[in-house]
Amino acid sequence: MPLRERRKVTGVEKIGPYTLVRIDQGNLDPGIPGQFFMVEAPGRVLPRPFSLCLAEAGELAFLIDAIGPGTLAIAEVSVGDQLHVFGPIGNGYRLDVERPVLVGGGIGVAPFPFTRSVLGAGTPVVLGFRNAHFAEAAALLPGAEVVIDPVLVTEAIPDDHDILACGPEPMLHAILRDHPTAQLAWEAPMACGYGACFGCVVEIDGTLKRLCLEGPVIGGAPPVFPAVPA
Amino acid sequence: MNIFNASGCLDALAAPGVVTQLDGFVTKTVTPEPRAGNQPARIAETSHGMLNAIGLANPGREAFLTDYLPELRSFGKPLWVSVGGFSATEYAETCARLSDVTIEINLSCPNVDEAAESAAEIVATCRAATSLPLYAKLSPAAWDIAEVARAVEAAGADGLTLVNTLRGMALDRRLRPVLNRGTGGYSGPALRPVALAAVYSCRRATALPIVGMGGITTGREALEIIACGASAIALGTVLFADPAAPSRVRYELEEAVSEAGLTSADDAVGIAHEGLVL
Repeated sequence: MPLRERRKVTGVEKIGPYTLVRIDQGNLDPGIPGQFFMVEAPGRVLPRPFSLCLAEAGELAFLIDAIGPGTLAIAEVSVGDQLHVFGPIGNGYRLDVERPVLVGGGIGVAPFPFTRSVLGAGTPVVLGFRNAHFAEAAALLPGAEVVIDPVLVTEAIPDDHDILACGPEPMLHAILRDHPTAQLAWEAPMACGYGACFGCVVEIDGTLKRLCLEGPVIGGAPPVFPAVPA
Repeated sequence: MNIFNASGCLDALAAPGVVTQLDGFVTKTVTPEPRAGNQPARIAETSHGMLNAIGLANPGREAFLTDYLPELRSFGKPLWVSVGGFSATEYAETCARLSDVTIEINLSCPNVDEAAESAAEIVATCRAATSLPLYAKLSPAAWDIAEVARAVEAAGADGLTLVNTLRGMALDRRLRPVLNRGTGGYSGPALRPVALAAVYSCRRATALPIVGMGGITTGREALEIIACGASAIALGTVLFADPAAPSRVRYELEEAVSEAGLTSADDAVGIAHEGLVL
């Protein structure tokens, strides 16, 4: 059941280029891995969506890639600050698979520390990053196989596994080409996260649908995103 | 003091828990034919508001009447149906098909090409097609919104919904429009002073009841638009950030009313016109 609560920030850590923001869990349910939360961006009009990175010891944590004013405002919070957090919302990964492998690219590593804690510490993980600085985020998943550009995660995925993936669109499309049953977590700009704004629509099965309600994890045919001009 | 959602800012079926906090539910705008809406990107946050270019995505009149309206009635809340079209006749045809609702005529969506007729002509055509309560939703971009208000009043409107969004634009890092459509409707806190001025002007210009909206996020802000002349309010952009906003604003409004030395929000309607210092 999604709740919106104002929670205290309990930790802020730099991990490579990313920021791990921990909050007091309160009554918030961590939900299913791959679900997401809308996190208040201080001083901004709209919250921002994040998958849950960690749920442990009474804390929830979100991994922030500060690439715009909203994510920057969240990454700059201090311990003791308070943030409104709403969730869990959306559809997470199906976990009833026989041989899961977690595949993350860049900030797509975010949902997998929590996912592995639910699936079991022995769950294999493959992570790809653009350089060694970004790859510092692999510290969140000890034992993960890490590849760095120009090596691609798709080259390191073990055979005969059930793929749970999160990462940039080209990576997800590449995975889907070889693994049509992969479960992929997509993202789109969204204002609300609960189906009110109709901002996050993507083309799914030929019609525009709200990714917050249909996803973010989708199995099968990929959603069609608008082309981004070069 | 009734609190509604602003049209297009809430899907009742996706978020029934928000509807239960409201005194009535306002639908997304219904057009005669189904509309997929604009291609993404459809939203962009700015420093003090947000832009949207949803493009009146809706299932169309027939599917709305058959599939959606019965489900919306099951909430047991007063229903307001936002009606859109691309000619006065299209608006009126939808009005004629409705019963037991209040009609809000969307005369001002900035994200579609509008009907060529004037607001007053559309209202007059709708008036001839229905005896249901008709509220005209006006654009704050009119140079003299009070003149438009007087015209729709003369054409038979029963009330005003003030205000819709203002057309705005945002560019990305590559200096290209963020929104696929280029421009979109600007809402949120930046719109609030515009909304106050519009409600204030129209309250002076007409005797019509006004549903006030535009950037309201707190009870105090609700009280201000009431003081300008709104006798009901609606929440839009704030719902995206806070699904509990209707309950919170209602509670805060009671506090703000008390702090202002009043006994009821109803007593505050239009008091900004009396020069009363709070």
